[in-house]
This record gives sequence, structure tokens and C-alpha cells, in this order.
Amino acid sequence: MNNVDMLVTGVGGQGVILASDMIGEVALAAGCDVKKTDTLGMAQRGGSVISNVRIGQKVWSPLIRESGVDILVAFEKLEAARWVDYLRPGAVAIVNNHALPPLSVNLGDERYPNDEEIAGILRQRAGRIYFINGTESAKKLGNVRTLNMYMLGCASLLLAFDVQMWKDCMSRRIRSNVLQVNIAAFDLGRKEGLDVHIG
Amino acid sequence: MKELLSGNEALALGAYHAGVRVAAAYPGTPSTEILESIARFEDVYAEWSTNEKVAMEVALGAAYAGVRSLVSLKHVGLNVAMDPFMAASTTGVNAGMVVISADDPGIHSSQNEQDNRHYVRLAKVPLLEPSDSQEAYDLMAYAFDMSEEFDTPVLVRSTTRISHSKSVVDVSRRRVLAATQVGFPRNERKYVMLPGHARLRRPVIEERLVKLAAHAEGSPLNRIEWGERSLGIVTSGIAYQYAREVFPKASFLKLGMTYPLAKDLVRHFASQVDRMIVVEELDPFLQENIEALGIKVSGKEFVPRIGELNPSVVEEGALNAGLLAGTAPRQKTHVDSKLPRRPPLLCPGCPHTGIFFVLSGMGKRLKLPGAKDRSLRKSTLTITGDIGCYTLATYPPLSAMDTTACMGASIGQALGMKKAGVDNKVVAVIGDSTFLHSGITPLVDAVYNQGRITVVILDNGTTAMTGHQDHPGTGVSAQGKETEAVHLEQLVRGMGIGDVRVVDAFDMKALRSAVRSSLDSAALSVIIVRGECAVRVPRRSAPRVVDTEKCDQCGTCLLLGCPAIQTENGQVYIDTTLCVGDYCTICQQICPRQAIGPTVEE
Ligand SMILES: Cc1ncc(C[n+]2csc(CCOP(=O)(O)OP(=O)(O)O)c2C)c(N)n1
Repeated sequence: MNNVDMLVTGVGGQGVILASDMIGEVALAAGCDVKKTDTLGMAQRGGSVISNVRIGQKVWSPLIRESGVDILVAFEKLEAARWVDYLRPGAVAIVNNHALPPLSVNLGDERYPNDEEIAGILRQRAGRIYFINGTESAKKLGNVRTLNMYMLGCASLLLAFDVQMWKDCMSRRIRSNVLQVNIAAFDLGRKEGLDVHIG
Repeated sequence: MKELLSGNEALALGAYHAGVRVAAAYPGTPSTEILESIARFEDVYAEWSTNEKVAMEVALGAAYAGVRSLVSLKHVGLNVAMDPFMAASTTGVNAGMVVISADDPGIHSSQNEQDNRHYVRLAKVPLLEPSDSQEAYDLMAYAFDMSEEFDTPVLVRSTTRISHSKSVVDVSRRRVLAATQVGFPRNERKYVMLPGHARLRRPVIEERLVKLAAHAEGSPLNRIEWGERSLGIVTSGIAYQYAREVFPKASFLKLGMTYPLAKDLVRHFASQVDRMIVVEELDPFLQENIEALGIKVSGKEFVPRIGELNPSVVEEGALNAGLLAGTAPRQKTHVDSKLPRRPPLLCPGCPHTGIFFVLSGMGKRLKLPGAKDRSLRKSTLTITGDIGCYTLATYPPLSAMDTTACMGASIGQALGMKKAGVDNKVVAVIGDSTFLHSGITPLVDAVYNQGRITVVILDNGTTAMTGHQDHPGTGVSAQGKETEAVHLEQLVRGMGIGDVRVVDAFDMKALRSAVRSSLDSAALSVIIVRGECAVRVPRRSAPRVVDTEKCDQCGTCLLLGCPAIQTENGQVYIDTTLCVGDYCTICQQICPRQAIGPTVEE
């Protein structure tokens, strides 16, 4: 497999870290070298979360260079825009079409960028941008918290790993009482991702 | 077997396989998961100590008694534990004792940035630095052996990026327990540091350092990786990974044992390359030690000494220094600085929110949306703060914290301000874990020296900030066993404080009246605000809703800074997926129009 450098980003509590852990574990199971690292500021909820995942034959730095990211997976729109400097020209961005306004926006001190602006920012670097309605789909499955597995399903379309490997990893990492709904979310993410031609 | 492990998990597993039997720590990002991982093994005694100094003393006692022991702490934790660390260096350890210090370059989750490598020169002990999880794992057995061979504590220095990165580890070992007898070999001249005995230890320490330096020359932790000889790079820790990536062709002297320095090895390497540079994170520790040998070397001239490194930063430095051919890196878009920031917040249902809303209101700090900024200087309250989740109350809209220095400082600072003669009422605010860590002695000081301050202890029953560890007040041990709980009110009353109130963190009326009475009190007063952490004890029922008929958009509820309370097109609403409901109700209690109430179940 060629080297793949990925950023997975979102807001604390959305499950970014579990999703990026699982990408790393599947890559290891497939025999790749992997490094991954998370930055979450103070160990608190509600802040920006960013995971770097690097897959390849031999990986040195766990952090990806600016202009080096091949794939951006964003669980929230504003967080997608924040990392544009890290995308390589032509990168792929999968963005959950969902806004979680920060407090400063709720207080009226700052403005949340509109969809046009976010797409415009990403277009400065990204080659392909997919906006998908992950939060809505996860809600339809009856559990918003499955958003991370839905996003993983979309992202899996860009990674050459067997579907069964993802499912094995999910069985290892997800509690049995919510395993089924999470697998359903992953499958739905793959399906709806295919519908918009991710891959 | 290959596993994907974080640096912290690898350090813990390495220590476990190296036969560690006693592990002690106080939580602190980025070191916390080391003890959490070790505590899962039943044949290790693992404890959350009251603070880092105690952890160091517990480990030292265990080592004296012939058992391999481990301390893990964040960089500032070693400041707290420095006294016993120096003692450990002076007396030596008997069985192996390893101290892991996790530094935080870039200040991801700390109150300062400091390079703890400097401490080894002061303490005259060896320093090991892993550069990925495999090395972290392998290094621990080496560190314990070294500790025993040279009768010294060994410092292992990790950093946020090492501790919190996952990489592939070949878990090749099994747990090996030393055959040594458990038992303390009495020896006053070695273990009782009367001046006469301590003087005897001085030459032993200096000789130890000489032997360690000789050991470093042949240590497998230090290796040369030859590439082109035009550029030689001396590096250690995570900086090694960045440098390997940025300089694929150069020669490397990769140091895993960075103190004492392998001088001959460095001289040899320097003689083989045209130009030698050092790539290291934070201070020029290696660089200055190499310069002291009279060798020409550069590094901090183009690699920043402030903040965390990454491949982009190293590359930029290399380009500026002309070490790499090529153009300057791509222009940044600087989009990030124009987007709304997303700082961490107190959670929905956080027991800290109510008391800070009260303090902020009484201190005349709250500012309604659209209103003019009030000058903070006019506040009638001074609120000295401490470290924990509650430090987030510093941000607007609450703006209810005026100082945060180091753990436990709030009480001493409040006393100092009062003794200096400030007019304002002075309130010290401190979390339960922080109070037990280092708030007890300053409170005793305030009793003794008759400080007229109010101390608010925020008792959420956990160490929330670092990920909900137990502490001496919770009644549960690090290994999940039921144990004695220290009762805060008994403790405080036992110091001789009469004015002690215990208040429900979600009862706004009670909070207001407690604060008012305490501020009016002429004596030292303590308020214990009690309410369980909303993340630790998730309880959800009947999320609140805003009655848009009654709501007049005054914005009072927004001043709580609760993430569940949001606005859309000027109308306030509550995100029902975030609100914890009946358990909190603070917004309902403060709404001037009674426009907030429970959702009605259909
Ligand atoms: C000397 C030192 N050790 C550890 C830390 C890491 N740390 C910061 S705050 C904190 C404790 C927070 O617990 P508590 O006071 O109960 O407040 P909470 O987060 O629960 O609100 C810890 C362990 C530190 N900053 N300094």
C-alpha cells in the first residue's frame, strides 16, 4: 500500500479518537507501519480534536507536515476548514455537513462561516470535497453517537483494506450492547459514501 | 506479537515486564496513562499518591526494601517531587527505581513549558529518552538494570508527542521478577542523611557519574546511522523522527542515553562529518553539553527553543539555515486565525458552573450579550484560582478567575494578598484533588496566621481534568478497590476552622447565601461545594427547554457558558442531546422570566 497521511478531526465527544485508533489498528493488521497521534488541548470535552494517522512502509514522524495530508475526515464543518493548511494540493476531504457552533458564536462575539465560505476555504487546497449528512444518518439509526463509525465507513472507501478487517476491529473495540448499531452505521457510511462517489 | 501502543502504554508494559512491583503517581497530562495502564496488572501494587512528592517517597521506600519501583509524573510534577528525588540520588536506591517525567512542549495541557532534562545535571543521575513506543518499551528493562548496577534513580524523559502517539511495538518480553529478597538492609551511613553521612555520599555520587559516562560510550541506546558525511545530526527523543524525515540523506548520532553524554562517541561522530548540528526540542541541552567539549556545533540558531517541534518547523529551520536546498515552504492561508476558536468548556451539568456564576455576579463581572465590557478592575472581589477543569471559568462569560500559578497556590496567594492589604474581599477557589494535593498546608497557614479569606473547595468527587482519576477523598483506590475516604469537612474542621459550610453545587439559592455569609464573615471561612462530575456520573433525564412565549431574549442563561444553551437566529434554545436535565437545572433557576422548564414526556 502507498503511504497515506490522514487527518481526522472534530469536536470533543464526537468519537474522533476511537475512529482514528481503529484506522491505525486495521492498518497494522494489514501489515503496514502506522503512527498516530491525537491533540486535544486540555483533556476536556467540547474543544477541537485532531488526530494524525500515518500509514506506510516506514513512518518516521507521527505528525504530518503542512501541505502533506492526503485525506481529511471532518466530523464537523468548522473543524474541517481549520486544517486547510495541512492539506496537500488535490487532497480529498470528507466533511460531515453539520455545525456545532462554539460558545463565542452563541454569545454573538464571533460568526460561524456559511457553507459557501467553508467550501471556498477547503477548495484552496482540496481536489475533491464530499459533504455528507452523517449526523442525520446516525440520528436515523437511533444513536447520534454512531457518527464516528458512519464517518469511518465513508473513509474506508479510500483505504484498500478488506471490509471484514474493519468489522473485526469494531468487534474488538466496541461494547457488545452497541456493536450492532455501530456496524449498521459503518455500513450506511460506506453505502452513502458510494452514492456520492467517494473512492 | 505486534501491537499498536501509545508511548505511555509501552512505558507501562515495559516496566511491568521488567518486574516493577510498586508504582506510584499523581495524575498529570501527558503522563497519566502510565499509572492507569500499570494499575490493571494485579501483581503490581499501584497507587494514586496524594501528590508527586509522596509518590516519589513511596517508590523510594519500596526500592530501599528491595523491590523495583516506578514513579510517573508530568514535568511540573517533578518540581513538586524534587526534594525526595535529590534524596534518592544522594542515598542511592538499592533495588531499581525509575522516574518517568513527561514534558509538555507546546503547552498542550499545562501551566508552563520547561525542559526537565536540566534536572539530571542537578541531581547527577542518568537520563534516557525514547523516540517511539518500541523504544519506550525496550528502554524500561534497561533503565531498571542500570538503576541497580549504578545504585541510582534513573530519569526517563518522555514528551506529549511520545506519550500520546501510538506506534507499532513488538512485545517480545515476559514479566521477569528479580530473585532479590524483599527486606530493608539497614545501613545508617547510606540511608540516614545526617550531615556526616551525606558528606560520605558526595564522592560516591561523583564516581557514579564518571562510571555512567563510561557506560554511555558503549550503550546500545546510542547509535550512529551513517548517511552522507556532509551533514551529521545529533538528536534524541521525538526530534529524531522529525529529523529523519526532513533530512533523509544525512548521518545521524541518535542518542537514547543523553546524560551523562557519551563524549568520545560525539567526538568521533564530529570528526567524521563536515558539519554537525543538533536537532532537539526545547532547550539547547545536548548542544550546550557538546559545546562544552569544545566541539563546533549549531542547532538552536535555527531550531526554535520555544514550543513543540514538528517536521514543518524543522524543515523551515533547515531551509533558513541553508541546510536543505529548495524553496521556502508553501504560503500559509492563515485561515485558522480568522475562524471562530473552540476552546474547551465546562461541560453541560458541570458542578463548577453554578458557583462561578454566583462569584462572577457578586464580583460584578458578568456581561450580557451586546453590553459594554465592565472594567475588571472595578470588581469588588478578587478570586485567586487553582488548576483543574474549573480554571476554564477564567474565560468569558464567567470571567471568574484572577490567578492560576501552580497547584495549591490559590490559598497562599489569597492570604498574601490579604496580608498585603488589598481592599477587596479575597476568595480562593480550589478543586478537591488539588486541595488534597497541596491545599492543606496553606490552609493550615491561613488558620495559624489568621487570614481573613474565603476558601471555596470544589468537591466533584474526582480528578476530572486529567480524566477522572480517584483521589484520597473518593474512597476508591487506583486499582479500583474500596478504601478509606478522607472527609473534607472533617479535615477542615480538624484544622480549627469554625466557619465551614457544605453546599449543593446545583442549588443556586444556597450557593448565593453561603457565599454572601462567608464574605461577610470576619474570620477564615470555607465553603465546600459538592456535586458529582457530570461526565463521571452521567445522569440524564428530562432535558430543559425554553418556552419561546415567555423568553424575552435577555441572555442571562447564556452567561452560564453552558454548551447545551445555544442560539439560532437570535432565539435561545437548549440542545436536548447535551442537557443533563433534572440533575442540574441551574439555567432554570436563574432565568428571570421563568421561561425554562423540563420537557414534558409524551
Ligand atoms: C504539580 C502538578 N501535578 C499535576 C498537574 C495536573 N493537574 C492539573 S489540575 C489537576 C487536578 C484537577 O483535579 P481537581 O482539583 O479535583 O479539579 P477538577 O478538574 O476535578 O475540577 C491535575 C492533576 C499539575 N498541573 N501540576
